[in-house]
Amino acid sequence: MRRLTGSIAGAAVLALALSACGSGDSTTTGGGGDTSALKGTGTGDTCKITTPVPIGAVFSLTGAAASYGESQKKGLELATEELKTMGGVTYDVKIEDDATDPQQGIAVFERFVTKDKKSLIIGPTLSNTAKQTDPIAQEGKTPVLAVSNTAAGITEIGDYIFRDSLTEGAVIPQTVDAAKAKFGLSKVVVMYSNDDAFTESGYQAFKAALDKSGVTITKTITFAKSDTNFRAQLTEAKGAAPEALIVSALIEAAVPLVTQARELGITVPIIGGNGFNSPKLMAGAGKSADGVVVGAAWNSASSGPENEAFLTAYRAKYSADPDQFAAQAYTGLKLVDAAVRAGCSGEREDIKTHLAELKDVPTALGKFTMTATRDADTPAVVQVVEGGKFAVLK
Amino acid sequence: MQQLLNGIFLGSIYALFAIGFTLVFGVLDRLNLAHSAVFSTSAFVGIELVTRAGLSIWVTLPIIFVFGGVLGLVIERVAFRPLKDRHDAHFAGLISSIALGAMFLALLQAVFGPDTRRFPPDAFPRQRIEFAGSTVSVLQLVIVAVAFALMVGLTLMVSRSRLGRGMRAVAENPHAARVLGIDVDRITALTFALSTALGGVAGVLFALNVNSAQISMGTSIELKGLAVIIVGGLGSLPGAMLGGLIVGLAEVFAVAYVGSSWRDVIAFGLLFAILLLRPQGIFGARKVREI
Repeated sequence: MRRLTGSIAGAAVLALALSACGSGDSTTTGGGGDTSALKGTGTGDTCKITTPVPIGAVFSLTGAAASYGESQKKGLELATEELKTMGGVTYDVKIEDDATDPQQGIAVFERFVTKDKKSLIIGPTLSNTAKQTDPIAQEGKTPVLAVSNTAAGITEIGDYIFRDSLTEGAVIPQTVDAAKAKFGLSKVVVMYSNDDAFTESGYQAFKAALDKSGVTITKTITFAKSDTNFRAQLTEAKGAAPEALIVSALIEAAVPLVTQARELGITVPIIGGNGFNSPKLMAGAGKSADGVVVGAAWNSASSGPENEAFLTAYRAKYSADPDQFAAQAYTGLKLVDAAVRAGCSGEREDIKTHLAELKDVPTALGKFTMTATRDADTPAVVQVVEGGKFAVLK
Repeated sequence: MQQLLNGIFLGSIYALFAIGFTLVFGVLDRLNLAHSAVFSTSAFVGIELVTRAGLSIWVTLPIIFVFGGVLGLVIERVAFRPLKDRHDAHFAGLISSIALGAMFLALLQAVFGPDTRRFPPDAFPRQRIEFAGSTVSVLQLVIVAVAFALMVGLTLMVSRSRLGRGMRAVAENPHAARVLGIDVDRITALTFALSTALGGVAGVLFALNVNSAQISMGTSIELKGLAVIIVGGLGSLPGAMLGGLIVGLAEVFAVAYVGSSWRDVIAFGLLFAILLLRPQGIFGARKVREI
């Protein structure tokens, strides 16, 4: 029933958004096409740009990914407010909903690129949508900063596409290294679902990282992503007496797998891929989840003055704890600000040039460097479940 | 040893699912493909009863037995009875039951959403027993016990009781049965109800066993269920029991001795092997009704 009212509300929001974009276009001014207004004077902290820099954001505020989009919106709004009080450069941030539908994402992107002439687009929420929308921005020479996409092949779309969200390929080697140092691993069993592109690529990343750090894989066991009974596979894994179980699976499979592993008396640490990085793990597996190790791009317990400032401000504004999505969206606009100030220009080409040059920027995600392939280079946080909560693995 | 037990636990759930499947086929010569939707629906309703209403699992199981039975009556009434006089009633019923099953699943998704759901962790004591180097949970023993009790009960009922005699008469020849004064419609409805009641209980036990219930959980077991009743012999109750155990064990041993990627190849390869060597299935007899 709740779902039904939710979708009715979603449809209403959609109708409003559509009618709004029909009526509001005549008032659009400035933008990336208006060259002089977006160039400022001074550099860095002294940079002054008179016209607000127009930024478009596309998040999934309704539909299946709505819970992520809502967090992103909050993080982005917090960053906008903070930048406003800093002065010198202000941002006109317009957040639109893609309704977790790539088609709607395409429509919003087209408007941002051609009609509204945004200097940069933040989003969209899902990688799946990004693969369809980002080529539009690339074509229109509008920089995009992805703040949650983790799939491979996003930044490969073109040289205008950047991201601040760590990919699984970047998180997993750091997870393996931290777990090896902590538990002194020498031999492990790897399990993954081999009929899903996401978990398969997670497996490849684990295998490469394990080979590199000299950990022996004594057995590789596969299952199907829709499987829920893993007792046969887990009995095989147990027989190999591993020092840790490494699993690349989606959360739907992760919960029964972890529960059944503990039931069968497998007490060694279970090291999971990105699919395990969800509070649903503890909600579903209960006490069995203890000892699960997961790498993440961000954790509320990670140190650093920027992260502490973010946590304090977020809690003060929303009276709730932020999640990784809020942190990445918040950091996203801060990075855009750093790039704008570096060249003291809000123009598309200048933002693109200076985003690519970001190096060792202190952020809530840790020290941020944009790699040559326009991907994020930040320290991953390796977490371990203790007493039903994620804690930083030390 | 552990793998043998794993296979028996898995197989007994397959058997419980398949036995309901095969009952309708054996008595009425109809394949009810909404059976898997009953499996999913019952698991979700069972979780709701335990989570929201705070009922114990021992109260929930009989309620689900009745609930599954009611769904069976609905299926019979909506998907099969209106079509029973058509000359192609066999296929028409098969197709309309797929449609009705899809409607059940759509309703399920509208009410509960697409997320995976589970029984609360303390719904059932998660005690473990160490036995000859293997680990068995009390829950698994209960599952096997419930499955076998229901199967034995059903077999006895079909062979001994008045209702069972009626079923066998209908299976033999519905027209002759009607001439002899048997209420064929009533027997048909009861057969459906009994069949889906078992499917419903199987759904709850499965969700408990793997700590997970998804809308699509029935679809994956439906294929296994079809394999089980073909291996065991279409329409044969002991065949479905044994077939369930064989398919369960085959899957587990395929993982243990051949390789996890080969599981479905082995399990369904077995199906072909049996079809080639013994087309009527292990307990099936050619051209003769089993029940």
